Amino acid sequence: MTKVLDVSGLKTHFFTRAGVVKAVDGVDFSVSKGEIMGLVGESGSGKSITGFSVLGLIDPPGRIVDGSIKFNGQELANAGEEQFQRLRGNRISMIFQDPMMTLNPVLRVDTQMIEAILAHENVTRQAAWERSRDALGLVGIPSPEERLRAYPHQLSGGMRQRVAIATAFLNQPDLIIADEPTTALDVTIQAQIIYEAQQLTKRTGTAMVWITHDLAVVAGLVDRISVMYAGRIVEQGGIDDVIDRPRHPYTVGLLGSVPTANRRGKRLFQIEGMTPNVLDMPKGCAFGPRCHARTEACREEPAIEDVDGRRLRCFNPQRQAEVVS
Amino acid sequence: MTDMTAATPATPDAAKVETPFQRFRSEFFESRVATFALATFGVIVLLAVLAPWITPQNPYDLAQVDVMDGRLAPGSEAFAGYTMWLGSDGAGRDLYSAILYGLRISLAVGLASGVIALLVGTVIGLVAAYAGGRIEAIIMRIVDLQLSFPASLVALMLVAALGKGVDKIILALVVAQWAYYARTVRGTALVERGKEYVEAAQCLGISKARIVFRHILPNCMAPLIVVGTVQTASAISLEATLSFLGVGLPQTEPSLGVLIANGFEYMLSGRYWISVFPGLALLFTVVSINLVGDHLRDVLNPRMRK
Repeated sequence: MTKVLDVSGLKTHFFTRAGVVKAVDGVDFSVSKGEIMGLVGESGSGKSITGFSVLGLIDPPGRIVDGSIKFNGQELANAGEEQFQRLRGNRISMIFQDPMMTLNPVLRVDTQMIEAILAHENVTRQAAWERSRDALGLVGIPSPEERLRAYPHQLSGGMRQRVAIATAFLNQPDLIIADEPTTALDVTIQAQIIYEAQQLTKRTGTAMVWITHDLAVVAGLVDRISVMYAGRIVEQGGIDDVIDRPRHPYTVGLLGSVPTANRRGKRLFQIEGMTPNVLDMPKGCAFGPRCHARTEACREEPAIEDVDGRRLRCFNPQRQAEVVS
Repeated sequence: MTDMTAATPATPDAAKVETPFQRFRSEFFESRVATFALATFGVIVLLAVLAPWITPQNPYDLAQVDVMDGRLAPGSEAFAGYTMWLGSDGAGRDLYSAILYGLRISLAVGLASGVIALLVGTVIGLVAAYAGGRIEAIIMRIVDLQLSFPASLVALMLVAALGKGVDKIILALVVAQWAYYARTVRGTALVERGKEYVEAAQCLGISKARIVFRHILPNCMAPLIVVGTVQTASAISLEATLSFLGVGLPQTEPSLGVLIANGFEYMLSGRYWISVFPGLALLFTVVSINLVGDHLRDVLNPRMRK
């Protein structure tokens, strides 16, 4: 399969007055055509910054300090604003978390969608309007002609997110980065949105990076998963491998923290402690201080290695039996 | 207002889709004071526009003015045969006619300078907000500097330097007022720029200029409209002040301020009408605009909505 996006050794640091925040500190992953890759982690693990880096949306004091982002063979890590402007919305699209915030409240849906097409292509307004209408139809919006005339405040949250997804797919991009697109929606709508996204990637062959903190969401959606912790990927592999047989203690902990129906009355598993202070990372393994399986070896920084058909950054790979004592 | 579904069935039909403007209009007319003020202002504008057709005299056509009619009390009959309901001034001009002609000039000057200052200030404010950094710092320090002087002082100095004339006083008013708009727009634009829809627009590859003028600017309109109305009213009274002081418009282009100044010397001799009636006209104009502006602020500010 051809790699649409190939990120290697990506480091995005923020040079703040208080010190250097290594938000993304050496991340490697790739996404192929038609593939959905889940990027999972807690708040502050650097997953969103990774997404923004790909789109060149890192504002000062942040900056990509190292690594490469290859998009269809084109290097983006040091690309200029003009190059990005041609790609954004055209070859790479983004779907944001809160659909209440991402549509301009004073412009009608049709204005915003047509604009997204005309920014990249020289077609008539009529053609752009027809494409917008068809795109809305594809994401399951009933009577798209009327929705096109609506203002964002007249649409529900789920409807707005569908509009956002339709807009992202408008120019048939090669890659879509979805930053927690279902977090602000309730579960029934979540399921519908995930279904639509899956269908669209299948149909168009668009590659997708789905950023989320919700393992339940990725389990049924993505093909491969990368678990991030403190700016690095700690475990990466096929979704079934990682979800069914997690090896990294952090992944084990995350999966253990998902409330399930048969646990009623039992205390829910919790990963001890908090995500580390970004300005004061622990020495050695960043997850070390919170890890239930830490040993002397963890004072050193573990490298990412191929273990058991996946990439893993840990000295003490877990067995399923050891989960949650 | 997000909750349209409560009022309309699951699929609202196209005809009922309410634009933000329609919603704004229906909310505005809920207030009787504001409706009344707007109506008053409408009547004033109408009177000013129709002045040549509804006045008995063109007070600045010397052939029509008779010095023998000078300082007649309200209700007197002019030499030409018509009744001077508001009396006449020292030169024999019918005050009713003079006030309507004066309104024309006052409104024209006020609106023109308001619109120009709004355009200039908006563009400068948007540039400051979007450019950021040094450009923003320089622009905003100039704005601060200017706002630390009273607007009337700035205008007074400029008019003194430029001389009399409609164009010059408009220029002076624009210079005295653009900073208010620039500061308002920059403040709102900074807030809007940080919102996600701007980032989303960037992600769609939309050009910077388009984001600023098509996405950010319309979202800054609410405070801009409010400041615009209030500043227009203050431009009208500022112009009257300058004209009253004798540095504004010349006698040949008489605004309300000029008329008030003309009657000022007769006040103590009991001929109150020469100053008072133009003064009342000015008062009604400015108060009605301000009332409309106040209510606009209430309607356009979501925090003050019931």
